[in-house]
Amino acid sequence: MTVAQTNKTLRDAVNKIPLDQMDVSDPLLFQNDTIGEYFRRLRAEDPVNYCAKSPNGPYWSVTKFNDIVRVDTDHKSFSSDAARGGIVLGGLGVPTEASAMGGLEMFIAMDPPKHDEQRKVVSPIVAPHNLETLEPIIRERAAAILDSLPIGEEIDWVDQVSIELTTMTLATLFDFPWEERRKLTRWSDVVTSSPGNGVDSWEQWQQELTECAMYFKNLWDQRVGGEQKHDLISMLAGSPATANMPFQEFLGNLILLIVGGNDTTRNSISGGVLALNENPAEYAKLMKNPGLITGMVSEIIRWQSPITSMMRTALCDAEVGGKKIREGDKAVMWYLSGNRDSEVIERADEFLIDRKNPRQHLSFGFGIHRCVGNRLAELQLRIIWEEIVKRFSKVEVVGKPVRSLSHVIHGFTKMPVKLHAH
Amino acid sequence: MPKVTYIEANGAKHDVTVDSGSNCRDAAVDNDIPGIDGDCGGVCACATCHVYVDPAWLGKTGKAAPGEMEAELLQFAPDFRDNSRLACQIKMTDALDGLVLHVPEGQH
Ligand code: HEM
Ligand code: FES
Repeated sequence: MTVAQTNKTLRDAVNKIPLDQMDVSDPLLFQNDTIGEYFRRLRAEDPVNYCAKSPNGPYWSVTKFNDIVRVDTDHKSFSSDAARGGIVLGGLGVPTEASAMGGLEMFIAMDPPKHDEQRKVVSPIVAPHNLETLEPIIRERAAAILDSLPIGEEIDWVDQVSIELTTMTLATLFDFPWEERRKLTRWSDVVTSSPGNGVDSWEQWQQELTECAMYFKNLWDQRVGGEQKHDLISMLAGSPATANMPFQEFLGNLILLIVGGNDTTRNSISGGVLALNENPAEYAKLMKNPGLITGMVSEIIRWQSPITSMMRTALCDAEVGGKKIREGDKAVMWYLSGNRDSEVIERADEFLIDRKNPRQHLSFGFGIHRCVGNRLAELQLRIIWEEIVKRFSKVEVVGKPVRSLSHVIHGFTKMPVKLHAH
Repeated sequence: MPKVTYIEANGAKHDVTVDSGSNCRDAAVDNDIPGIDGDCGGVCACATCHVYVDPAWLGKTGKAAPGEMEAELLQFAPDFRDNSRLACQIKMTDALDGLVLHVPEGQH
């Protein structure tokens, strides 16, 4: 079958599903990359859709850009609180044992006023101005990683480049002991894993995160009262607002910073390579004019939507897009879908590295929980792309990428590529 | 048409004419004023259009109302001050002709 025929077959099949039986939280749809067709139909026919039965329980899907902004900015009606169900449909997989440890209270899953207090403390630390000092080190280390890659041989871009670069930037941000940097990646992966999916048991899960806590306690003790450096731990330890933070709170915030910047950055690096390969005219524009990288980074983040969605729990009856969401209902804001809404984004189905308003996308969320690390993410991606373009005339995808089996983390586990030198 | 002056953190000044009825975020973005990103398109959802209203003008623009979305977002802005506003929430009128807005060092 040609691609056009496959698309038509898929469209016909999706169009036959009764609207009250659409379950867009099935992780297989993301892994086999057919999810876009489902969202296309919902945006057109039932933009705020109720799914009464799914393995993740009943939930509303909010699929259009403006409806998503409406829910995301109404934290008085829509809660993020972990105690009510948190921010991920079906749960993060974090067990009750986690609360016993007490270390995983993160403000992304809190409501005001506690959310506000903690966000205020962390936010200045990842402000663009603070990050400038880290730029030269990130650049130097990215260059070294890229220089060590073989030219003309098949390699796995995800493992050898995306993970490596993300780990490197995390280690740099925390001034983490360099030789042990893969520990950071491991801990970050552990937080979002569950038995059979990354760890063998909850005991192992807890044991690894306790190790993480001890390790950071040690770094914290070394840096508290030490000379003021620019890494995130020193800044937390050195700022009057945070120096006396209870250790568990410090740990929760730290883990949130690590997890927040791990899969998201990794999958943006991979997603960018795939998008450029699927759109050769855009790749040509980039190579002709690397000045487009700043805008391209935002476009990659829109296109990839590394976090497909965030969930809220209604605190009261609320109307969204003409539908009545009832108190206690779960509402999922599908950023991945809103980012393809052609009523708000011009030519939304096209990847265009020089579009006019590249920053107007939903991938970072909006409202009081909007990603606090957004400029940090953009900075990392900009440096990495500047260094890639300097070295390689093309990063060529030479085999079928393997996508993640997840309805939340939108990414890749494998992407075979060949590098071409200039 | 009323005029607005944006002053960057480094002191650079930009005079811009703004249609009455338009807002100070759109005017800044349309004229490429550095430091005002306005990611959400001007719907009070991102806080990347943070400005400091020159004290002489604060009486005319007013402050962000406590408890409203604008103030809730501003509390997270780096170096949030008493005269902080979101530019998208300042509607241009003839009464604001000559308005002076200071752009912060960075936004996110
Ligand atoms: C392309 C990369 C990234 C994407 C797509 C992304 C996406 C998101 C999203 C969707 C949210 C929740 C928004 C909401 O609930 O409305 C969020 C929150 C957050 N992100 Fe990111 N993120 C990225 C990178 C980072 C990085 C590098 C950091 C590390 C500093 C980070 C730290 C956080 C934190 C701490 C929050 C919680 C904010 C709050 O609840 O107030 N993120 N991010
Ligand atoms: S442009 Fe987003 S809050 Fe003003």
